[in-house]
Amino acid sequence: MLAASSFEKMETQTQTTMEAKETTRKRMSGSEALMQSLLHEGVDLLFGYPGGAIMPVYDALYHYQDKLNHILTRHEQGAVHAAQGYARVTGKVGVCFVTSGPGATNAVTGIADAMVDSTPLVVISGQVGSALLGTDAFQETDVVGITQPITKWNYQVKRPEEIPEAIAKAFYIARSGRPGPVLIDITKDAQFAQFDFEYKPTKKVRSYTPKTAVDKDKVAEAVRLINLAKKPMALVGQGVVLGGAESELMEFLTKTGIPAAWTLLGLSAMPSDFEQNVGMLGMHGHYGPNVKTNEADLIIAIGMRFDDRVTGNVQKYATNAKVVHLEIDPAEINKIIYADVPVLGDVKESLPMITSMVSDNQHEEWLAEFKACDKIEEQKIIQPELHPVKEGLTMGEVVRRVTEKYDDDAIVVTDVGQHQMIANRYFKFKQTRSVVTSGGLGTMGFGLPAALGAKLGQPHRPVCLFVGDGGFQMTIQELGTIFQTQADVKIILLNNNFLGMVRQWQELFFDRRYASTELVNPDFQTIARGYGIAGEKVSDREDMDAAVERMAQHKGAYLLEVVVEKEGNVFPMVPAGASVSDIRLE
Amino acid sequence: MKQEFTLSIYSENHVGLLNQVTTVFTRRHINIESLTTSESAIPGIHKFTIVVFTSREQVNKLLLQIEKRIDVIKAYVFTADEIVHQEVALYKVKTEALLNGNEIERLVRQYGARILEVTKEYTIIEKTGHKRETQELFDKLDHFGVQQFVRSGRIAVTKLKDELLSNYLKKLEKEKSLLD
Ligand SMILES: Cc1ncc(C[n+]2csc(CCOP(=O)(O)OP(=O)(O)O)c2C)c(N)n1
Repeated sequence: MLAASSFEKMETQTQTTMEAKETTRKRMSGSEALMQSLLHEGVDLLFGYPGGAIMPVYDALYHYQDKLNHILTRHEQGAVHAAQGYARVTGKVGVCFVTSGPGATNAVTGIADAMVDSTPLVVISGQVGSALLGTDAFQETDVVGITQPITKWNYQVKRPEEIPEAIAKAFYIARSGRPGPVLIDITKDAQFAQFDFEYKPTKKVRSYTPKTAVDKDKVAEAVRLINLAKKPMALVGQGVVLGGAESELMEFLTKTGIPAAWTLLGLSAMPSDFEQNVGMLGMHGHYGPNVKTNEADLIIAIGMRFDDRVTGNVQKYATNAKVVHLEIDPAEINKIIYADVPVLGDVKESLPMITSMVSDNQHEEWLAEFKACDKIEEQKIIQPELHPVKEGLTMGEVVRRVTEKYDDDAIVVTDVGQHQMIANRYFKFKQTRSVVTSGGLGTMGFGLPAALGAKLGQPHRPVCLFVGDGGFQMTIQELGTIFQTQADVKIILLNNNFLGMVRQWQELFFDRRYASTELVNPDFQTIARGYGIAGEKVSDREDMDAAVERMAQHKGAYLLEVVVEKEGNVFPMVPAGASVSDIRLE
Repeated sequence: MKQEFTLSIYSENHVGLLNQVTTVFTRRHINIESLTTSESAIPGIHKFTIVVFTSREQVNKLLLQIEKRIDVIKAYVFTADEIVHQEVALYKVKTEALLNGNEIERLVRQYGARILEVTKEYTIIEKTGHKRETQELFDKLDHFGVQQFVRSGRIAVTKLKDELLSNYLKKLEKEKSLLD
C-alpha cells in the first residue's frame, strides 16, 4: 500500500526537488530509521515500555538518548495517557512505544480515549517476526485488528523500507484534520533489517481529505441567521482549541455580543472571566446555558459534536433554535442534531469569514437572562459548595483554593468522577490548553499519567491534578514515573472513601443501595512516601490554606490528600434521559 | 421509511479494509443484505458493493462514517432506479430429475437460465438476475429437489456516463494541486 501510486507521483517538480534536499540516503536498520523518522517529525519526548518484540527499537533508542527523551512509565496505559496529556497541553503529537501482545493490549484504553477526544498520538507497537504472524506465536496479538475501530488509522509494517513512509503518514494523519491516534505495528524482522533510509514528509494522502474548503454560501447563510437572531447562543467545543482558533473565537464573540457556553473539552478556549462566557454545558454543567438552550432561537455550534452528555434527551434539545454547525469532520454534521446551516471546514478559517460579515451587535438583555440564572445557581449550589455550613470539606472549596493559589493560571488535570466535574466547574482559566480531562471515554486512571505528560509538555506551568481515591488506584503505579522523572506534579487527592460518582447515582436513582462503591483505602501518605513523594493529609477546613500554600511552595511533586465529605453530590445535574432544561438544582 | 440502498464504496486496496467497512454497519446493528468486492475500473482501486435495508437518513450517516475511514476514497449511495444490478445464482439438481420429464428444462428456458454442467449424478444450472427472480426459480426447482444453492452478492453499475469516482479523482487532483 505504501508504494507510491501513480497518483501520488503526480507531484509538482518543485516539490520533489525540495524534498530531495531535505533527505539523504543512508544505510541503517529499521529501528534506527524509526528514530530518524521521529526526529524528522520534531519528536524530542516520548513515553513507553519495552519488551521482547520491540527490543531492537529500544536498542536503537539507546544511541539516540541525547535527542529523544524516553519516559519509562510503569504500565503501557500510563504511557498512552501521559502522551495524551503531553499532546493536549502542547498541541504536538504524543508518541508511545509498546511491545507486542500484552504491551499493546494495555495501550488500548488510552488509544480509545484519544480517539473519542480527538487527541493526536502516534503509537508504535512491536510485533512478532513476520514469519510468525498468524501462528499464535508468543505475545502475538492482532493489534491492527484490535485497534482498527479505535484509531484514526493503523498499519502493520513488515519491511524496513516501509518505516519512513508509514511514520510520515502516521504523523500527517494524526495531526491533520480532526486529530486522532494512529498505531503503527512493526514486525521484529523489519526492526532488525537494514535498508537505505530516506525521509519524505507526507503532504497528502489520496484517500484522505483533512479538511474541506469553507463554502462561502454557507458562511453567508450563517451570517444571515446570526444577524436575525434575537437569542443566539454559541457552543464552544474543543475544535476551537485544536484549530488554534481562540483569538478568532474571541473576535467573533466580541463583535456579535453572543453569549458563549463551553463543553467539557472546550474549557479554557476563552478566559473564565470573559463577560460573555456563560459557563459549561451538559450533565453537570451550569444552570444558565442548559436551561437557555431551549430558549435560544439560534445555536452556533463551534467545533463540538453534541455528545449525549451535552444534549441530554435530543428530542427535547434546542427546541426553539435553528442550528449553525461549524465543524471539521463531515461525519459529525447531522449525526445527532440536524444542522440548518452546516459550515464544514476548519473553524480557524470559517470563524473569521463569519466575523468579517456579521453586523456589530449586543445582546445585553439576553445575556442578562443567563446572569439571572447564574444568581439562582450561585445561591442554590455554588455558595453552599464554596462556603459550606457543614463541618466536612467539600470538593468545590478545595478546588477554588487551589485555583486561586495559582492566580487562575495553572493547568488542571483531572481523573474521572465527581471530582472531575467539580474541578472543571470551579477551576478558572486565563489561557488556552489549560485543561486535560478524559471526556468522551471517561477513563478512570487517566489523571495521574496525563498530569505527568502535561507537566513534561509545559514544564514552566504549574500542573494540578485532581483525582479521586478510586481512580488514583487505577494507575497509582505512575507515582513511580513521577518519582523517577522528578516531575513537579501537584496531586490533589479528593478522598471520599467512595466511588463517588457511582455512589451519587445509587443515591439518586437506586434508592441508596450502595453496591460495591465504598472503598477501604490504604494509607496514601505512606504510599507516596514509598515513592519519595512529599505530601500531607488534611481533613479540617482551617488547615486548608496552609496546606495549599505548602504544596505550592514545595519544589517537586506533592500529594495533598484532602478528606472530603463522604456523601457530597455534584449539582446541577441533568438526569439521564431528561431534557437539558429539566436540569436539577437539588 | 426503510428502503433498499446500494452503496458503492471505493478504497485503496489494503489488507483489513473489508473489516473497516463492515464494522461501520455491525456497530450500528445494520444488517448487510449482500456484499461484493472487486477491483474497480480504475487500477489499484477496490470497489465494494453493499446492499442494505434502512432509512435515507441512516444511510447518509453511514456513508459519512465510511468515508471517514482514511483508506476509503469515496462512497456513493444509490436507489434501485439509479443503477443496473444483477446477482448470479447456481443450482445443483439431480440429473435424474432432469431426465424424468421436461419441466426443469422448461423452467430453465422460461427464466433465461442456462445449464452449466451435466454429469451422470448432477446438473448445474446458472441464472443471473435480480434476487426476486433467482429466488422464484429456486422455489420452482425445489419441487424437484435442489441439492445445493448459492447466490452471489449484488453487483451494480450506475446509469451515469462515467465512473463517478473518476470525476471525483480529477476534482481532487485539481484541488490538491491548488493547495501545493
Ligand atoms: C475505567 C473505569 N471504570 C469504571 C468507571 C465508572 N465510574 C465513573 S465515575 C466512578 C467513580 C469514581 O470514583 P473516584 O475515583 O473515587 O472519584 P469520585 O467520583 O469519588 O470523585 C466510576 C467507578 C469509569 N469511568 N472508568
